[in-house]
Amino acid sequence: MIAAAQAALRRFVPQLIALATILALNALVFPGFFDIEFQNGRLYGSVVDVLNRGAPVALLAIGMTLVIATKGIDLSVGAVMAIAGAVVAATVAGGASLATALLFAAAAGIACGLWNGFLVAVLGMQPIVATLILMVAGRGIAQLITEGAILTFNHQGLIFIGSGAFAGLPMPVLIWLALGAAVTLAVRRSALGMLIEATGINRRASTLCGINSLVLLLAVYAVSGFCAAVAGVIIAADIKGADANNAGLWLELDAILAVVIGGTSLLGGRFSIVASLLGAMIIQSINTGILLSGFPPEFNLIIKAAIIVVILVMQSPAVQTLYDFLRSPSEVPTETPRQLPGEAEAPESLGRPQ
Amino acid sequence: MKARFLPLAATLLIFLIAYAACYLQYPNMLSTRVVGNLLTDNAFLGIAAVGMTFVIISGGIDLSIGSVIAFTGVFLAVVLDSTAIHPLAAFVLVLAITTTFGGVMGAIIHYLEMPAFIVTLAGMFLARGMAYVLSVESVPIHHDFYGLLQGLYYRMPGGGRLTLIGGLMVAVFLAGILLAHRTRFGSYVFALGGGVPTARLMGVPVARTTIAIYALSGFLAGLAGIVFSLYTSAGYSLAAVGVELDAIAAVVIGGTLLTGGAGFVAGTLIGILIMGLIQTYIIFDGTLSSWWTKIVIGLLLFSFILLQKALVWASESDRAVLRRRLLRSKALR
Amino acid sequence: MNATSSEVLYRAEGVSKRFPGALVLDGVDFILRRGEVHALLGENGAGKSTLIKCLTGAYRRDGGTLLLDGESIDPRGTQEAQGLGIGTVYQEINLLPNLSVADNLFLGRQPRRFGLVSTAAMRRAARGILAGYGLDIDVAADLGSFSVAIQQLIAIARAVNLSGKVLILDEPTASLDAQEVGTLFAVVRDLRARGLGIVFITHFLDQVFEIADRITVLRNGRLVGSKPTAEMSRVELVTMMLGRALEQETHSRAPQPEISGAAVAEFKGFGKAGKIAPFDLTVRAGEVIGVAGLLGSGRTETAEVLFGVERADSGEARVGAKAVSLTSPRAAVAQGFGFCPEDRKTSGIIADLSLRENIALALQARRGWSRPLSRREQNALADRYIQALDIRTSDREKPVGLLSGGNQQKAILARWLALNPSFLILDEPTRGIDVGAHAEIIRLIEGLCAAGMSLLVISSELEELVVYSTRILVLRDRAHVAELTGSDLTPDQIVHAIAADGSGQAGA
Repeated sequence: MIAAAQAALRRFVPQLIALATILALNALVFPGFFDIEFQNGRLYGSVVDVLNRGAPVALLAIGMTLVIATKGIDLSVGAVMAIAGAVVAATVAGGASLATALLFAAAAGIACGLWNGFLVAVLGMQPIVATLILMVAGRGIAQLITEGAILTFNHQGLIFIGSGAFAGLPMPVLIWLALGAAVTLAVRRSALGMLIEATGINRRASTLCGINSLVLLLAVYAVSGFCAAVAGVIIAADIKGADANNAGLWLELDAILAVVIGGTSLLGGRFSIVASLLGAMIIQSINTGILLSGFPPEFNLIIKAAIIVVILVMQSPAVQTLYDFLRSPSEVPTETPRQLPGEAEAPESLGRPQ
Repeated sequence: MKARFLPLAATLLIFLIAYAACYLQYPNMLSTRVVGNLLTDNAFLGIAAVGMTFVIISGGIDLSIGSVIAFTGVFLAVVLDSTAIHPLAAFVLVLAITTTFGGVMGAIIHYLEMPAFIVTLAGMFLARGMAYVLSVESVPIHHDFYGLLQGLYYRMPGGGRLTLIGGLMVAVFLAGILLAHRTRFGSYVFALGGGVPTARLMGVPVARTTIAIYALSGFLAGLAGIVFSLYTSAGYSLAAVGVELDAIAAVVIGGTLLTGGAGFVAGTLIGILIMGLIQTYIIFDGTLSSWWTKIVIGLLLFSFILLQKALVWASESDRAVLRRRLLRSKALR
Repeated sequence: MNATSSEVLYRAEGVSKRFPGALVLDGVDFILRRGEVHALLGENGAGKSTLIKCLTGAYRRDGGTLLLDGESIDPRGTQEAQGLGIGTVYQEINLLPNLSVADNLFLGRQPRRFGLVSTAAMRRAARGILAGYGLDIDVAADLGSFSVAIQQLIAIARAVNLSGKVLILDEPTASLDAQEVGTLFAVVRDLRARGLGIVFITHFLDQVFEIADRITVLRNGRLVGSKPTAEMSRVELVTMMLGRALEQETHSRAPQPEISGAAVAEFKGFGKAGKIAPFDLTVRAGEVIGVAGLLGSGRTETAEVLFGVERADSGEARVGAKAVSLTSPRAAVAQGFGFCPEDRKTSGIIADLSLRENIALALQARRGWSRPLSRREQNALADRYIQALDIRTSDREKPVGLLSGGNQQKAILARWLALNPSFLILDEPTRGIDVGAHAEIIRLIEGLCAAGMSLLVISSELEELVVYSTRILVLRDRAHVAELTGSDLTPDQIVHAIAADGSGQAGA
């Protein structure tokens, strides 16, 4: 058990180091970075701000991690956020109760996810292609609901979700922490995690094992749609209105970036939701740091580009091979004391053209 | 007819039917004026989409083109505003930058063996960020040479104007068609789309071709940026957001397989025209909202992807039939 | 046997190749003569592919010299090797199905006029080349629209046209049926007569003796020996490949008694249009049903229909006494079925998951996602089967993709045995694994059957089938055409049944 915990912790080391470094840099340029105050029943401070502002990307990253683990990708989450925001705004503006509005928004998100899942799992479309359709059409649908305008509302309950606080913490923080914990527990305490990973690595073999990969894929995309809906509601609640044009714009890319920073491979398989959430916080810390340091916010994009390049270099198969090659002479003799019969097949596969 | 041409034929048919339907409702739509505007208004998108067609046929994707267009516009505006460089020299300079930019992305994709999707995502952030750094404000361009270029047009019979940029788009498409279907480079692009390991085994210079494809896309995005700055007479770092999506949509509607390996540059032109037609119709109608464009394009995307899937299924069952026929002929022998 | 000229065409001396952590080629010599078909043999991991890749420049060798026509060469890539005259045809990744036949033949060297490719000239030239191989096809059509056999011939035509001295065929017959192999061999003989040196890699020993003039055997990255085929016996060859004398591999045995036990499963008129004609099958406890037939005869289709991979569109299935519908692998698993597919890499293993997870997967899938096996249960399960099946691995957490083919096969078997199925389907369980593991798998099949499990085993190796089968179903042209029992269980009888005139005894 302890060994397993250690292994899990080792998994997060790169992300934790990156996060710590960025936070330390932030503290360097803005000495008050770690100051936290308690006022009017809630905590204030830059760190709280990071947690709060990072909520949408963190939420999206939860669903995106599962989708990417199945060797998929969900480009539509930004558009789904806009749809969910529009639905929740239109519903409360129409006088419905908060519960009904939230239910409608969640249902809209899940329906969008199921549509994506249907295209991927049933029609066998490539995920990037399948979700592109909703990415293009989704904002149109959201605008259809808001009738092209920014649909504002003044429902205190809904606004509380975006900017209220509970037990000292802003609501968005509590929501992403809770959803992250719930989904992590759901996949790791059940066999879902293993089944998702198996499906992501080899769908045909998994189906032949008796895994119901169809339902699994539908569920994973539905979860992604649901997470996007929650993020959409939070953003709408925060600005007290639904902006079909801009809500969640390009956040799908940030969410994918968070998952990639979290070390989940875009080729599917092994995944970690916690690491993706750390990735989301890394992205937000950079955003906040740039804001605090007085750098023009336009540098944000350049830094994100630089991060992607660094991660690309680290995760690149070519660099991995080089790394393995460099460290192999010292380690291999202790690792494989004898050549097992037939095992020479493995090295041959290393050199196979990709 | 070969199944490979079916998506192209379907696109053409849809365009003709849609145009006919528009004409029946608004007879004014069948005029060289509308056609001229269609070409002018979509010139920058069309030029960028030619590059995207090559990228997609090769099995990749380029998310950076919208940002590169914006960067080009801002770069030109800032350079022309603050220096005495002639626009032509600025054009050459910016094209060199965007071509190199694309080439570097291609090199990263090839040598680091990373998905094009994520590499060009970084390129998208980088180009947009550079545009922001140059100027956050919209910078107007006042230069006599710009006025001269904007004033160039060919008056078509019926009074429509084929502007310089509209004509440039048509020329780029013609060049693209030759490059894709009648050169060795073109066959390498298709070969990469059929499978990189196989292409490599068959002697395709994979590194050179990959770099050239993204450099071409960068070059055309730069050219599209120049056209866009001629079209708007300004450079703005928030411009051309989401153009990559429109370009991808045009490419797919034009009958190119989004998974790579098969496609037509000419189809992309029709894809662009279909999308332009939807917008023109909405303008003619006057009551429809512009968001319908997105929904209709989404629907078109869906139906074309579905059509392509159906074709793949059909060809697979064709092969099964072939195999059965083979077996039967053997049994008879 | 053709008269082999003694003129050396391509000579490799002391070729070595090291991968991180393993020396996969250790000073191998290889001599190819003009006008000779030279079989390169060895178990998996012997270093055949590595040697080929060194010969064609796909890998940079770490040591040794290459001499082509007496000249020292040092190809830095397949491209350069091709220019020197060395062409290669691989088993699968050969040509591009999305390009036309003519484009495939001329990719990178299309005839040009005014800088543009001259399509007409290219097609004319392509037709000319293919005519030399007896192919008269539409060269403008996509390559993918032709059968595998024709694609293979086009690949050979391209390789010969490009290089013209040395032709390396890496398992070219793996996915061809007997007739297609015949056509291919006719072309190979023709090329031999034209003076090419041909290296031929295969798993099928029959084909080696049919076509090869000379045999070179590798083992564990070293050269074991090289001899003219005429001076080599089967036993000697197998001994060289294995490095030890086998006790008579095709041992005969007493005819199995007919098993008349309780029916585990019954299928009546079961089939799927276009895949496999309706057939009847009764599976009894403790019997091994062998399935024989050529590739494409409907063997794998039979397995897939039984296991619900392909949904049957006619007939009914009964398990025990009640009718069941096998609409998916999941439904079949629920009835106590198991299925080890033919293609381990794409349909069997989950390469990146650990051996433990691969073994636990089917059991977990049957229990459902909400009732996870604890880590301790998974460990116990994995350890039990690693021991019982003698799966050779450093530990159970090793990704299964890193194990050898034989051990991967055992892992998939373990996955199903963990379910304790009543009816297990094995599709080519011994294909592509080394001979040692081969024998172990056969012993395992016999053991399972003795323990009362029912098996349906598909295999191309007839000697192997007759060893363990209680009865053998023979398939032809996607239909069950014969069932052999008792004293008819001999390779000769199977061949006879496969080759029997198609109009005869129709599938039951």
